[in-house]
Amino acid sequence: MKEGDYTLARLPIGSKGIVVGVEATGSTRRRLLDLGLVPGTVVEAIRRSPLGDPTAFGIRGAIVALREEDGDVVLVRPLW
Amino acid sequence: MKPIYRPSGALITKADFVPTHITADYVIGLAGNPNTGKSTVFNTLTGLNQHTGNWPGKTVSQARGFYRHQGKNVILVDLPGTYSLLANSIEEEVARDFICFAKPHATVVVVDATCLERNLNLVLQVLEITPRTLVCLNLVDEAERKGLHIDVGGLSDELGIPVVPTAARSGRGMTLLKDSINNIASGEHATQPRPVRYLGSLENAIGRLETYLEQVYTNGLSKRWVALRLLEGDSTIIQAIHNHSLAVTQQEG
Repeated sequence: MKEGDYTLARLPIGSKGIVVGVEATGSTRRRLLDLGLVPGTVVEAIRRSPLGDPTAFGIRGAIVALREEDGDVVLVRPLW
Repeated sequence: MKPIYRPSGALITKADFVPTHITADYVIGLAGNPNTGKSTVFNTLTGLNQHTGNWPGKTVSQARGFYRHQGKNVILVDLPGTYSLLANSIEEEVARDFICFAKPHATVVVVDATCLERNLNLVLQVLEITPRTLVCLNLVDEAERKGLHIDVGGLSDELGIPVVPTAARSGRGMTLLKDSINNIASGEHATQPRPVRYLGSLENAIGRLETYLEQVYTNGLSKRWVALRLLEGDSTIIQAIHNHSLAVTQQEG
């Protein structure tokens, strides 16, 4: 991961990012891709649960909650 | 009742899904993402002619239904709602095994017209397994209320399979859907799906594997699909194909 790159888990609430990569392998990678997290997808961080994890993201028309450990492998370029 | 489903590659056939008192002309699979109104489509088509239970050996519920259309008896098998068929869960495994090994006469993929983008992943995955596929573009009434207009003809051309707009709650489009199912199941309408083309290096590898797969038994599965799973390193499907081959050999044995 390069300096200045963000992961989904670090995206501030209310902001959007565009997926640039998924740094996972095997079934985790497959699952994230199936949820629509393919490069080029715009994702919005919608809200975080009271304990800080998981976080709800708007992905291709649906709201999906992701744990921090899963959000941390999705690289995004912030859009702001 | 005898168990009709043994997991992952064990011998399942279309006949396993037909109740003894019915002679079925077609067995049809009903797939779709969760929350697409798939169950409403199922209920609207089959009414009260339903049988529910579990997929034996699995804590996944299973429903079968029956209807008659244009003189044909049709058994509809409601598959678990999934985003994918690549076996991230037992539900996906059940749906995948049904489409791969029971080889239904046709598979209907119900998609949510208000959220088409995230639903097409499953459509493309089913298309890679079987060309006998059609799309039930459900919830078009909700999409219209949201001001969404879907180019049904364009989508159908892009995919190379029929796309039938429906609003199952009000029964809209259901007759057309049944017509389309019969046309595909009878083979009268041979679809011409346009498969996903991958990067050149990947297509090269697929081609080489396909050539090799010509020489081994793949249970009539699409060689391209098996090649893709091999490249992905999906050991569950390899095991499932192996189990299925064994079961077929034993039965013939």
